[in-house]
Amino acid sequence: MNVTITVNGEPRTADVVASESLLNVLRDDLDLPGTKDACEQGECGSCTVILDGEAVCSCLVMAADAEGSEVTTVEGMGEPGHLHPVQEAMLAEGAVQCGFCTPGFVVAGAHLLETNPHPSELEIREALSGNICRCTGYGAILRAFETLSEEGT
Amino acid sequence: MEFVAAHDLDEALAAKAEQPDAELLAGGTDLMVEVNLVHHRPEQVVSLRRIAELGDVSPRRIGAGVTWSRLEHGDHRGLAEAARTVGSPQIRAAGTIGGNVGTASPAGDGLPWIAAADAAIEVQSKARGPRVVPWRDFFVGVKRTSLEPDEIITAVIVPEDVPEAQEFAKVGARNAMVISTVSCLVMRGDDGFRIALGSVAPTPIRAAAAEEMLNAESTITEAALDEVARIVSEEVRPITDHRSTEAYRRHAAGVLARRLVERSLR
Repeated sequence: MNVTITVNGEPRTADVVASESLLNVLRDDLDLPGTKDACEQGECGSCTVILDGEAVCSCLVMAADAEGSEVTTVEGMGEPGHLHPVQEAMLAEGAVQCGFCTPGFVVAGAHLLETNPHPSELEIREALSGNICRCTGYGAILRAFETLSEEGT
Repeated sequence: MEFVAAHDLDEALAAKAEQPDAELLAGGTDLMVEVNLVHHRPEQVVSLRRIAELGDVSPRRIGAGVTWSRLEHGDHRGLAEAARTVGSPQIRAAGTIGGNVGTASPAGDGLPWIAAADAAIEVQSKARGPRVVPWRDFFVGVKRTSLEPDEIITAVIVPEDVPEAQEFAKVGARNAMVISTVSCLVMRGDDGFRIALGSVAPTPIRAAAAEEMLNAESTITEAALDEVARIVSEEVRPITDHRSTEAYRRHAAGVLARRLVERSLR
């Protein structure tokens, strides 16, 4: 079936298997591989996108059910030369090791700062609790968001 | 796969009347795990996400489509505490209380609150309209409910006499993103204590013997609290599975019940 989704501000149509995930549609049909595919059960957060204003796991969104929705992926957050403040802060703190979990942290963290510009350390930890880093770079990731919270970016 | 994106309840009920085998999709946090990991291929799906009326919430009636992230800030303290422990922010933004009720997992985080509140489940069908099912009749086994194939869960109905003193806690392997190995909800009101538990039986349960013992006491002493823990440990019917053992669950159920009864007295 065909679904039309506004992705990063642009209407996109793809011929999809109705029951597959939005994650697969983004990566395989819409050529947006920034959103990562790992656990496929909503536990790792590497596939986090903004769907109609909420940060959700795109692996748990049925492709057919995404029809008509607005999606922002990491590709819509920043680009080389014009990074998102979250990306700048993570670079500055060295909050990236293998990089696989990074897009999920960028999207979940940007969503946090949009809804709460000055989160406390506890609020940062809670907002990022659905994103797993297996290099255990959590310390640097938290420092990046603490800097952003102080700046109120 | 046939897919109906219902825009209102009538449309969803009509679709379910026509295709009773259709699977209902709300937040997707259960159904999509089946699709992704068990290669489940639904043939018919009715999506409820766009139905605004399922998102209505009031102190006495919680729409089935209300998400955990909304319930975190809701009227009922115990349910809000339970909502905060569901999955992660991403899961709470998608998952709904109706989905928790419909999936009826023994570990469903909202279910001990429903049992302690003596809440009922409102369901509707096109043929027979709405009916309200007491929670004890609704949850009939592990992931089994008395929902008829043509019915849709529309709300949780909350009685007026729900005590304001409510305490929830759960035990899991870690703090975030965890499925409970034991959960407990205690309420304290004019009619006495209510103790409900999850993950220790095929359905959510009330610890009736422990409640009866407590409610016969004029003051709650340390000895009475110890007795609560002992009775609850005996009353529960847990199993050993990949998440925990029967013995641990019995012990933890008693500890949690004792702790929450004590907390509710403060």
